[in-house]
Amino acid sequence: MNTTIMLFLVQDGITNGAIYALLGLALVLVFAVTRVILIPQGEFVTYGALTYATLSAGQVPGSARLAVAMGVVAFGLDMFAGRRSLHLRLVGRALAVDIILPSIIFALTLWLAGRQTPIAINIALSLLIVAAIGLFLYRIAFQPIAHTSVLVLLIASVGCHLALQGFGLVFFGAEGQRGPPLSDAAFTVGALRFSGQSIAVYAITAAFIVGLWLFFGFTLYGKALRATAVNRLGARLVGIRTTLSGQIAFLLASVIGAISGILIVPITTLYYDTGFLIGLKGFVAAIIGGLVSYPLTAVAALVVGIVEAFSSFYASNFKEVIVFFLILPVLVLRSLAAPAVEEEKD
Amino acid sequence: MMKRLPIIVFACVMAAIPFIPGMPPFWIVLLDNIGLSALVAMGLVLLTGVGGLTSFGQAAFCGFGAYTTAVLATAYGVSPWLTLPLSLLVSGIAAVVLGLVTVRLSGHYLPLGTIAWGIGLFYLFSKLEFLGRNDGISGIPPLSIGSLRMLDPGTIYFAIWIAVLISALLTVNLLDSRTGRAIRALRRGHIAAEAFGVQTPRAKLLVFIYAAVLAGLSGWFYAHFERAVNPTPFGAQAGIEYLFIAVVGGAGYVWGGVLGAAIVVVLKEVLQSYLPYLFHGEGQLETIVFGILLVVLLQLAPTGVWPWLMTRLPFRPGRKRPDTSLVLPARARAAAAPSVLLEIDNARKQFGGVIAVNDVSFDVQAREIVALIGPNGAGKSTTFNLITGVLASSGGTISVLGRNIDRAPPQEVAKLGIARTFQHVKLVPDMTVLENVAIGAHLRGQAGALSSMFRLDRADEAKLLAEAARQIERVGLADQIDALAGSLSLGQQRIVEIARALCVDPILLLLDEPAAGLRHLEKQQLATLLRQLRDGGMSVLLVEHDMGFVMDLADRIVVLDFGTKIAEGTPQAIKTNPEVIKAYLGAVA
Repeated sequence: MNTTIMLFLVQDGITNGAIYALLGLALVLVFAVTRVILIPQGEFVTYGALTYATLSAGQVPGSARLAVAMGVVAFGLDMFAGRRSLHLRLVGRALAVDIILPSIIFALTLWLAGRQTPIAINIALSLLIVAAIGLFLYRIAFQPIAHTSVLVLLIASVGCHLALQGFGLVFFGAEGQRGPPLSDAAFTVGALRFSGQSIAVYAITAAFIVGLWLFFGFTLYGKALRATAVNRLGARLVGIRTTLSGQIAFLLASVIGAISGILIVPITTLYYDTGFLIGLKGFVAAIIGGLVSYPLTAVAALVVGIVEAFSSFYASNFKEVIVFFLILPVLVLRSLAAPAVEEEKD
Repeated sequence: MMKRLPIIVFACVMAAIPFIPGMPPFWIVLLDNIGLSALVAMGLVLLTGVGGLTSFGQAAFCGFGAYTTAVLATAYGVSPWLTLPLSLLVSGIAAVVLGLVTVRLSGHYLPLGTIAWGIGLFYLFSKLEFLGRNDGISGIPPLSIGSLRMLDPGTIYFAIWIAVLISALLTVNLLDSRTGRAIRALRRGHIAAEAFGVQTPRAKLLVFIYAAVLAGLSGWFYAHFERAVNPTPFGAQAGIEYLFIAVVGGAGYVWGGVLGAAIVVVLKEVLQSYLPYLFHGEGQLETIVFGILLVVLLQLAPTGVWPWLMTRLPFRPGRKRPDTSLVLPARARAAAAPSVLLEIDNARKQFGGVIAVNDVSFDVQAREIVALIGPNGAGKSTTFNLITGVLASSGGTISVLGRNIDRAPPQEVAKLGIARTFQHVKLVPDMTVLENVAIGAHLRGQAGALSSMFRLDRADEAKLLAEAARQIERVGLADQIDALAGSLSLGQQRIVEIARALCVDPILLLLDEPAAGLRHLEKQQLATLLRQLRDGGMSVLLVEHDMGFVMDLADRIVVLDFGTKIAEGTPQAIKTNPEVIKAYLGAVA
């Protein structure tokens, strides 16, 4: 192989790896705060991408309706949970967040559909829609069982993945879609051509990594979110609102997922079920990062991306096999370094 | 044989179903599918519900079973009955390879690992040339006995359900045995089980292989039932569905797996045939309903349908009392026991910068009760963990009967006759007191998994249970013998732990705060029991905060403070020792 091909592969790997890094970060974030292993992360990617593509095509994406419907369910749950102490502020807050917010988003979507809207508006709207879905997903599926074991949360997470993927097929159809690129600018360095799109991928990923690392490492609120993950009861005793922490984590994760989707949909065709696989590769990175470390996850994601690029060149048939088995040696290392004293279970 | 009656009735009903006149053949197909799923779910029950190891990858093991027979039967013309053992073997070997990597993972790494290799294997199946890539392999011969070719769903039905029944019986037998108790203890963490000699990695690998072999069996049937295989039914989606089945039925119950398979397969069929009429939409509406149902189910009934059903039964399954006249032979011990049982010489344990145990030395003689006291955080429990091999010491030596045990794992320490209780009670709450206590006798039984499955372990098992029942009586909990351990008060649970430790037939008993949570009278009974044990030749090392209890009982007291031994002597000497008073009450201003 010559250097050019190798450079191409590395470039391709880094672009993909950056996306995996974003997803891996979101997974680490959600796990660290809520202990939920977020399998539906991939659905946030497809929802973001396909909502953006649908909006760009001048149509109303079904995901906007889903946000409204989930808001209604969340409102019902909020009312049920607070039925013993219903006062005006609580009802008002629930009404604003669960009903009015998604309704406004939906109304905006309807109003803008069919008009020549600039890309920035479409992106903002897609992010809003997916963010609302992420928020309500936590409220509906995870908040009522937030105290249970990681395993129960994981199975619930799988259930959410199934449901959201099924909805994805209903909303976006079985055909793949592509969206318009963020920028058509491009420049070349030697043999390599850098598109504006890939530069955006690198920049946004780097910004998120640094941002999250700073947020969790150095701000009081970030530390409060981490405290929630370690000990919910303890966190509540020192005045941290654990449900709010969970909602924020899901909000961030859904936004990150949607951004990843919007970043890649101009580069590759996305189908309603593509997100699952992309999300899982983010997982491979997150697991290598031990579900705790942001910088390690980012590095691991780049490795996953590069391994994928090289294996698709050398053994394209076994690309996925290689990527998913990449996890095994890591698991071996982790199991060798297993802690001697167990945590109290259940 | 009252216990077997429901199973016999069930078997008769299942055998009669195909002969019901006017039975739609479609229903038989459904029942076949239920049986196939039930086999996999049963393995998952053992693996996930009982053993606590969540796997999303079981479908891949079905794939190993199905592809093995598909390749051998089509390309090499091997008879399906000959491929059966090979299919099971291939699934088992795959499980050994993946299991060695996977089962040692803790917590959430395990399910994530299974998702990863589950998907990896799916792609492997769909890319390998000799497995037919995405198209798979077709033209697989049907099962046949003599001239009877099991071509239609009605004949293979019997083969499938006989396999389901036999597997269920074997699994139930396995769970109700020495090995089964070890497996059931896994879910609550490995420390307690290992303290009684259970090789937890081996037990985990065992259930992993068992579940994989059952999945392989299902895959073998599937290949000869559909007479074609392709990668789709062995992918991640299917793996998730099997776990769903186990959770719906009741992940901790073997028959829950069968019930779950019935519910899910029927539900899926109903959803697939009626949902399109209701919503006239295209797409996988059933996955949406499935996903939502899964989330709702976890919120409303996280333990599944089977236990919910069982609590509504009008009758309770009776329990057989163990025959306490059977005698379990004593543990083999060294012929001439030296007078010093346990010798701790400059033991040290450092956690980073914290020195939890700082060069502590003391010994325990034969027929002696030694108390280890000290304020909270003095390093008492850490010392226990060093002795029992839970923690590796950072320095110094610990020896039992003159044998160095610095690097010995907990199982080896247990073999030397050192038994312990825990500061935070480590019982399996959903097992009875008898079963919990019988774990203590683990090392004194020999029966393995295979002999348990085929009920060849009954003589061994009866002796173990008899010993457990005797120890329960000895500590005064005979009335609670069949109660679930989790239903007892904390004080009683501590006593159950003592009975479990006594089942080891120990020379040295390590008790970590045995009197905490006991009432005055119960404390007196405990003290009497411990004195009896000492007079019978056992030594006791106990950590305790109740000074009245300790001063009254101990022959000798060792006092720790901030990891360092500050005093040692008779209760009288310790009571007046100025260092001890300072440690407990603070310096006089």
